[in-house]
Amino acid sequence: MEKLMQKYEQKLCTAGLAEEGEPLMGILDAELCWNRKNRHTALLEKIFQQMNINSILFSKPKEPYNSIINFLSRASNEAIYPEDCESRTFLHDLPIAADFSDTAIIPRLRNRKCVLIPGYGVIAFGTVSLEQAFITFSSVCFASFVKFFSDILHKKKKGLISLEESKFLDRIRRSLPQPVEHFSALSSAPFEAETEVLNALEEAGKKIVDYGLVDSYFGNISYCFHDTLYISQTGSSLDELAGCIDPCPLDGSSCAGITASSELSTHMEIIKTLGTKAILHGHPRFSVIISMDCDRYECPCRGFCHRKCPEIRNLADVPIVSGEVGTGPFGLCRTVPQAVEKARGAIVYGHGVFSTGKEDFNEAFLRMLAIENTSYKEYFRRFDA
Amino acid sequence: MFGWCGKILRIDLTAEEFFIEEPEREVLHTYIGGRGLAGSYLAQEVTRDWNDPAMPLLLFAGPLVGTVSPASGRMTIMSRSPLTGTVGDTSAGGNFGTFLKKAGWDGILITGASTSLCGIEIADGAVVINHVPEFAGLTTEETVQYLADKGSTAVIGPAAERGVLFSNIIIDGHSAAGRNGIGLIFAAKNIKYISVRGTGKVPVHDPEELKRAREDIVRLTAASPVLLGELGISRYGTPALYDLMHTRNMMPTDNFRKTSFDDAPSMNAFNLHKTYKPLNAGCRGCHIRCKKITPKGSAIPEFESLSHFSALLNNSDLPSVVEANRICNELGMDTISAASTLACYSELEERTLTSREICKLLHDIGWGRGEIGIALGQGSARYAKSQGSPESSISVKGQELPAYDPRGAYGMALAYATSTRGGCHLRAYPVSHEILRKPVATDRFSWSGKSRIIKIAEDANAVVDSLAACKFIFFAASLEEYARAFTATTGVETSAQDLLKKGERIYYLERIMNSRNGFSSADDDLPPRFFSGHGSARNNASAKPLDRNDFLVARSNYYKIRGLDAKGAPTEKKAKELGLKWKS
Repeated sequence: MEKLMQKYEQKLCTAGLAEEGEPLMGILDAELCWNRKNRHTALLEKIFQQMNINSILFSKPKEPYNSIINFLSRASNEAIYPEDCESRTFLHDLPIAADFSDTAIIPRLRNRKCVLIPGYGVIAFGTVSLEQAFITFSSVCFASFVKFFSDILHKKKKGLISLEESKFLDRIRRSLPQPVEHFSALSSAPFEAETEVLNALEEAGKKIVDYGLVDSYFGNISYCFHDTLYISQTGSSLDELAGCIDPCPLDGSSCAGITASSELSTHMEIIKTLGTKAILHGHPRFSVIISMDCDRYECPCRGFCHRKCPEIRNLADVPIVSGEVGTGPFGLCRTVPQAVEKARGAIVYGHGVFSTGKEDFNEAFLRMLAIENTSYKEYFRRFDA
Repeated sequence: MFGWCGKILRIDLTAEEFFIEEPEREVLHTYIGGRGLAGSYLAQEVTRDWNDPAMPLLLFAGPLVGTVSPASGRMTIMSRSPLTGTVGDTSAGGNFGTFLKKAGWDGILITGASTSLCGIEIADGAVVINHVPEFAGLTTEETVQYLADKGSTAVIGPAAERGVLFSNIIIDGHSAAGRNGIGLIFAAKNIKYISVRGTGKVPVHDPEELKRAREDIVRLTAASPVLLGELGISRYGTPALYDLMHTRNMMPTDNFRKTSFDDAPSMNAFNLHKTYKPLNAGCRGCHIRCKKITPKGSAIPEFESLSHFSALLNNSDLPSVVEANRICNELGMDTISAASTLACYSELEERTLTSREICKLLHDIGWGRGEIGIALGQGSARYAKSQGSPESSISVKGQELPAYDPRGAYGMALAYATSTRGGCHLRAYPVSHEILRKPVATDRFSWSGKSRIIKIAEDANAVVDSLAACKFIFFAASLEEYARAFTATTGVETSAQDLLKKGERIYYLERIMNSRNGFSSADDDLPPRFFSGHGSARNNASAKPLDRNDFLVARSNYYKIRGLDAKGAPTEKKAKELGLKWKS
């Protein structure tokens, strides 16, 4: 259990989600185990006593997330309502506790996976593993970041931004890392054996995490080799893909890939129709934010853009399409495969980017990086306009 | 009242009378419905023998059944298990639960025994007990043909009439309500079938809010590869799991003496699909539609049946697997127990059964023919014991294990042992995280944290069975979303954690019932084979035996977390904390 807590503290810090020494984690099996002594454990133990759970993560998020969460909380009453696709689907909303007390925190945790306590941080829990709490914490940071930049751009365009908000944005903007234009090359095709393919997948997965092109560690990645699609498993961490890649025969002759990414259908369709070999899917932040910026305020689909935006918009030559996670009637498997054809990439509204490489991941990675950099620049161009 | 009908139909078959019972709101709020509510009634009579006429047979739907809440069309059929002597229950699909609610009933409680074979026909508020001695010996398929205009049906086959201890109930002609031998309770009461038709509507407190809850749940299912993915169970049915068990080297083979079946790739869901071109079917109101049936309407084997009638029996003949499944459904027998009992027989005979023998023996069991057929109809535990080789029965509390070798998933090992209804994968369903990576993946070869994980999952699934929803949808959604659906339906404010507390109470009551019937830690155990024998070597690694000491530590931790004493017995203190009545 100690190892598990060390692992997730390390991941939080590496991903820039928490400062070293900040995350407080507890795991309960027959006995309760904490990663460190802390004055807050007494309150968190009350949560363990009153809820049927097995793990807790409490941490102040690293800047700029902490300031953003506090900022959004001040403008909200009971909860923050994220509008990016993944957060809508998996978190629904982010409840806010008025103070750091068990009476404020526990009732909210009884209904949701996390609670935000402005000035203190975020508490998330798991019923199966600490990883659930880690994912929730990470998603809260991502959802808050996206919501903040989306909302403030919208306000700016409508002329509703206050001086305080404008100053706050300037502060956050200055703290953002500058776009990275270059990267060291990934393994080149041709790949001769399955092991080379698996190595290439692991390498590209790590790279996409290192460059911050995913919501902490989550996205999906695939490569087609000899009539088999090798794809990352559902819920796998892209920096830890060893043993987490499913081989899926293109003819469907095995269901062993039932644990493959929820976007398997989209990957399969792209491979089959375009003949491309490498596919990356990440959640680069400004691509997600820019996809949600639309000036058609009177559009009858407003509020349902992620499901049924009636048109394909573009960011430069990259199409922005609607589509929900997975294979439902509004699933992105129905929009993305056609969209990626010309531009070797597409942005899914409020969700993320798909990019492709004809032979290996170099082209796909470069494409995703370019889309995110363009999105970043375009966001601030629109804001400054 | 919303969600619930507020009425239980009590039938006394001896007197041929029925009564309407209106349970107190508090009882409904506490036990929810389905498995929980049925358990609250069973607890009052549970020390009786299973064939005592006063032993109740309970068929209970839940508050979400009959509403637009997704995958919420199931029900529980419960009594004391003839096979295990434990709490006996089965989650039934099809239309029965929905029709029962539409007829205005939350559940049916049947006591007594009919003087001759009978059918119980329910149409809204009308109840008719129909004596049908001429139905004796009819197969389930034949019986259903006579009931074409009766609505949804629950019928038994010849196996129950002949005393097979793993008899099941067939719902609507193709959905098997198996495990625990509950079909035999029908036979003990001389019931051949129960039918129900309903024309009413289930009142919902806030239909718009329920629609919103539904949207959240449906969106989650669309994001689930296991449910609606390219290779998921919506497309292939539960046989979609077959390849996965093979690749994970945990496919029970040759009566659990191996964990890998060489011919698995040719027996998988893809080949089943290609050969039989099944149609989609499913429970009322479910959009996943995992049930697969042939164009003629008979059921395609579920994963467990496919695995056990192939790998467990070393049988590489796919048509005979489908035929074995059909025979079991036709005669009304649980496929897991039937296949596992044959595997035990095969081991004791020291030879592999031919596919023809498998089918013949199933007929012999179901029809009660011949010395072997009758003996095997008592299940593997009794048969193996009678042959002086009890270790050849791969069962827990006398119920045969499903198609997940516990040497490949330690949470499953603990879950098999602690299940209140004997060897069962569904009480805690650790397949979800140990194999399918939902909600997150856990290390299947580790005991770390598993005691609490199993306990929490048992509580959660007790709620699921009480609502009564389908466990599969919880590969995607959670009680967080279903709490919202529950509140919208019933108007009773709740939360995921409130529901888990109710689940804990329901599960603890089952432990109390089993304890009163003499079950203890000696029964919360696994067959010795798993602690001494290696599974198959595959990919340069073999499935190692479970470490006995590690298992005992995990079980001991589980007892502590569950609030049981060191022998696995419930305590007065914990019972009172949960608001349960305590009888010493």
